[in-house]
Amino acid sequence: IVGGKRCLVRSFHALDTAPTIGTQQETNSPEYQEKYERMEALVTELRDRVAVIMQGGDEKARQRHLSQGKLMPRDRINMLLDPQSPFLEFSQLAGYKMYGDEHVPAGGIITGIGRVSGVECLITANDPTVKGGAYYPITVKKNLRAQEIAQQNRLPCIYLVNSAGANLPRWTEVFPDRDHFGRQFYNQAIMSSMGIPQVAVVLGSCTAGGAYTPAMADENIIVRKQGTIFLAGPPLVKAATGEVTSAEDLGGADLHCGISGVTDYYANDEVQALHQARRVISNLNYTKEPEVTLEEPVEPLFPADELYGIVGDNLKKTFDVREVIARIVDGSVFDEFKAKYGTSLVTGFARLWGYPVGILGNNGVLFSESALKATHFIQLCCQRNIPLIYLQNITGYMVGRDAEAGGIAKNGAKMITAVSCAQVPKLTVIIGGSYGAGNYGMCGRSFSPNFLYMWPNARISVMGGEQAANVMAQISREQREREGKPWTEEMEEKLKAPIIAKYEAEGSPYYASARLWDDGVIDPKDTRTVLGLSLSAALNKPIPKTQFGVFRM
Amino acid sequence: RWYSNGLKEAQPIEKVLIANRGEIACRVMRTAQRLGIRSVAVYSEADRNSLHVAMADEAYHIGPASASESYLRQDKILDVAKKSGAQAIHPGYGFLSENVEFAEACERENITFVGPPASAIRDMGIKSTSKHIMSAAGVPIIEGYHGEEQSVEKLRSEAQRIGYPIMIKAVRGGGGKGMRIAMTESEFDAQLESAKTEAMKAFGDQVMLLEKYVVNPRHVEVQVFGDRHGNHVYLFERDCSVQRRHQKIIEEAPAPGLTDEVRRSIGEAAVRAAKAVDYVGAGTVEFIMDENFKFYFMEMNTRLQVEHPVTEMITGTDLVEWQLRVAGGEQIPLKQEEIKVKGHSFECRIYAEDPDSDFMPGAGPLLHLATPSPSDDLRIETGVRQGDEVSVHYDPMIAKLVVWSGNRNSALQRTLAALRDYHVVGLSTNIRFLMALASHQAFQAGNVNTDFIPNHQAELFPPRSLSHHVLCQAALAMIASLNARNRNRSPGRKDAFSPFTQNSGMRINSHPMYTIKLADGDKVHTVTISETAANTFSISVDDQAPVTIKDVRLSANGDAGRNNEKMTVRCSINGSTSSSTVLMRDNSVHIFSVDGGHELSIPVPNFLKSSAGAGSIDDPVAPMPGVVERVSIEPGSSVKKGDALVVMIAMKMEYVIRAARDGVVEKVFYKPGDTVSKGTVLVHLKEEN
Repeated sequence: IVGGKRCLVRSFHALDTAPTIGTQQETNSPEYQEKYERMEALVTELRDRVAVIMQGGDEKARQRHLSQGKLMPRDRINMLLDPQSPFLEFSQLAGYKMYGDEHVPAGGIITGIGRVSGVECLITANDPTVKGGAYYPITVKKNLRAQEIAQQNRLPCIYLVNSAGANLPRWTEVFPDRDHFGRQFYNQAIMSSMGIPQVAVVLGSCTAGGAYTPAMADENIIVRKQGTIFLAGPPLVKAATGEVTSAEDLGGADLHCGISGVTDYYANDEVQALHQARRVISNLNYTKEPEVTLEEPVEPLFPADELYGIVGDNLKKTFDVREVIARIVDGSVFDEFKAKYGTSLVTGFARLWGYPVGILGNNGVLFSESALKATHFIQLCCQRNIPLIYLQNITGYMVGRDAEAGGIAKNGAKMITAVSCAQVPKLTVIIGGSYGAGNYGMCGRSFSPNFLYMWPNARISVMGGEQAANVMAQISREQREREGKPWTEEMEEKLKAPIIAKYEAEGSPYYASARLWDDGVIDPKDTRTVLGLSLSAALNKPIPKTQFGVFRM
Repeated sequence: RWYSNGLKEAQPIEKVLIANRGEIACRVMRTAQRLGIRSVAVYSEADRNSLHVAMADEAYHIGPASASESYLRQDKILDVAKKSGAQAIHPGYGFLSENVEFAEACERENITFVGPPASAIRDMGIKSTSKHIMSAAGVPIIEGYHGEEQSVEKLRSEAQRIGYPIMIKAVRGGGGKGMRIAMTESEFDAQLESAKTEAMKAFGDQVMLLEKYVVNPRHVEVQVFGDRHGNHVYLFERDCSVQRRHQKIIEEAPAPGLTDEVRRSIGEAAVRAAKAVDYVGAGTVEFIMDENFKFYFMEMNTRLQVEHPVTEMITGTDLVEWQLRVAGGEQIPLKQEEIKVKGHSFECRIYAEDPDSDFMPGAGPLLHLATPSPSDDLRIETGVRQGDEVSVHYDPMIAKLVVWSGNRNSALQRTLAALRDYHVVGLSTNIRFLMALASHQAFQAGNVNTDFIPNHQAELFPPRSLSHHVLCQAALAMIASLNARNRNRSPGRKDAFSPFTQNSGMRINSHPMYTIKLADGDKVHTVTISETAANTFSISVDDQAPVTIKDVRLSANGDAGRNNEKMTVRCSINGSTSSSTVLMRDNSVHIFSVDGGHELSIPVPNFLKSSAGAGSIDDPVAPMPGVVERVSIEPGSSVKKGDALVVMIAMKMEYVIRAARDGVVEKVFYKPGDTVSKGTVLVHLKEEN
């Protein structure tokens, strides 16, 4: 005590210093290099395939479209976006090898999030060079997924419409069910009622059902002598009533802007239409109030491409998920929660692009302790409005008598309750295997994470291909033995091979992404940015208070 | 002795009024300030905020913009001198610098005129008189007729005597006005008539003299100095041969190719000339020099010349200081044998003019101005700053760039480099032309004469071409600018760090791709760029094969992302690395690369043009700043494409503004006498349906 005052002596230098994780990699080791090369090959394959997809429809269709002075859908999006805005495109692989000889690049519709007049918007653009922009089942699914993203994250929607309508031969898969064509208009109405703006730009034909996309929009724009909206096109009109009319007279910009009032803004060309769409967005008075503290982003301490050498392509080779976290989060700073308890699941706090995040990453099979820890951690994050990131590399929950006796089922259930009820933004990246109930516990597609991405090395399956083959082989062997017939190694291999091959093919990220089981396959190197963009988008929606269900104790 | 040349006793100068504007006023003030002499500026309405006013210790407003109502008003200037207590008036060059009456008036008012005695101005101002005096003093003069008999017959017969080709020149002429050349007798009458008309208009006098016309002549002039003690020295010669429209554009000292012998003999001839008129102060004796280094007296300029700095650079003197000291009664600071030539110096006159349109003078705001860094060897003599206006009322010179180096080659090299770093945005300048000139082989070899520009027309005015290199750099700069704009978008937003603003152009599993349209005049180029890796871009111009550009470094200043931003682009294309400065303003991109400055524009889509307020695309606009002279239409008039709508006067020339299409006049925005700035919409035609 000096002069009657308490003299506080503290060392300030280390107060703000936070623990970092991650270790220097032996980048010259053969093991690292092999893994690196294999992952790099997967990424190259991915980029090459996406490059083809990004071209759109076949050469003939593209030439025809361009010769009419029209822009390709990606160029339309580029013009709509703020210059230099990133575009977080979803499911580029949608429809990949799904329809035999019919190639439907990107599922015939481009969807993604980008900034328009400073507002993060969900944008969809039909690709008229892909079967005239007709809706395949996957097109419908992708469009509905985009709307789901918009609704879940409160993002204004901009529909760049140019479609021939539903794919009629496949009407049973696109028309009647709940999540089919009509759901798009239902979503527009519901989103509009929620105050999520719906804007349509008519850049081509919008026939029959398609006519409702612009008609259901809050505001819309039509291009003169290019965009048309009608419930039935000239041939159908002639067949129905005998009236002979041109498409432009029947549903062109002059009619709809001047007489019917179906459209609001009249554009002389596409460029003007897209410019008008930007003006519409800038007049929305749309605000974004992220309910989180923000810090200036800091790059991780380690280069992102080291993820290639750490992870590789062989799921049997384990890696420490902390090394992945170290290459994703700001400054590689990670405050690990319960580091010594339930160690097969790593939990902790970090910042990503300045946003606070709670991360759950697998370091092995989930035990009861891991599940309890996850539940506790998710509760913390929900209490504090901290978005959750799940890094999935999981074979499942522990099996066996000890595990069952320890209540793995009820502890797993607690975790799943927490995951399901959590109202903070949830982002999932499948960085390795995603098997069985592990997929559920780690916020798989069924748990409606705001966004879900896969790495090209990832596999998703109800169980491993070998395990499935072994189970089948065992059943067959037992059956043959009951029948007194011989069972040879050769026969076992012959039985197993196609099962393994089938699991391998169906577990592939291409198979998964083609069917929209995720929102896209991404380069591991881009993970940090993709998650940052996703968080930025997700924070457009105020975070609701979480109300958990009953935890079985 | 002090009274020998008719001057009153000199008084030391403590305060000097500078009866001028622009760079020369600033130049004089700098020396005055160094010598502890207070400076008084005078300014016209147009110069209220100009540099010379800011630099002066005191400044007085003397009238409207027009020179005849301000800088030429002797009474007002003398009033200011008296009011401010200035003992001396420095007239600079132009305006009143060679005005006999003014020099006399100063003398009457007991104010020191920093210049020669009025008698010397008078003697040298009338060319025929000056030649008589020079001839008598043994200064070689050119054959000619300087007689008073002015009949066409007499002049024609004199021309016959002297021999063709012959130069017809107004006696009171100057600056190339009232001057014509007749190559043969058959041309004589017409050329004489034309010279007379012009002289009458310019000087109100059409007395002509005739001179032998020297083919491929050089313009070599000698700087001389005299004091009130009868001392006269020469400070060697300058070569000012390269001229456009008979006006100097690039000057150098010493003149290239002269032997010491010639140098001394021309210098001594100049001193003889100065002595012949009891010259006091700074003067220039101009000679014409033929291909055999024979020189003939042309005229004597009784003022400090625009190009005096090159002499200062090679002699290590400050001629303004000499002027002020001599005017204060001191002796010339150096004796002839103490004056030595050291190294070589060039001066480039940077003008607001358009070399591609016959050097048409320009005017307008200096929106952006960046100069090379001044040093002892590199002077920038200017009277304007960024944001100032080059006025329509005065000489459109922006600056003089003065460079010194040990020898001619290195001085020229440095001049080129300095020109490259001289960046002006807002008006056309002759900088690129000066660069073409300075890098011309014949100029580098010192093979100069007064016909240099017409003789080398083709090389000096190469067809405008824009290298892909430059286009690529401009496009890269635009990307950097867009990135910055994206970062700065809505600065008040609550998630300033969002990767949507920070991670420019990111595309999933692909590269950022940009298509940028840039117009070079009427030609629109499409530049397609993809960012293939960090600092590496693949660029293709107009469907040509893409080129890989590596090591791209873009540095922007604090204004990045805003209007008027400036940035430096450095990149390597096909192994050659270069850097350019790029300035973005509204819809224009100004790029200053190794081969000079280029202006590109970003095409504006039609729908934005037609909605731009009162004017539409085809409404006529003022081509340059000026004054409306006549309006030949009124609202409601029907006009045909090409009809004259408005006549403007700008830079003393008439411009007829015509209708770009048929139509009906809806609004006329100006009336005769109104001043309009460049690009102002003058008339609005009714929209077409």
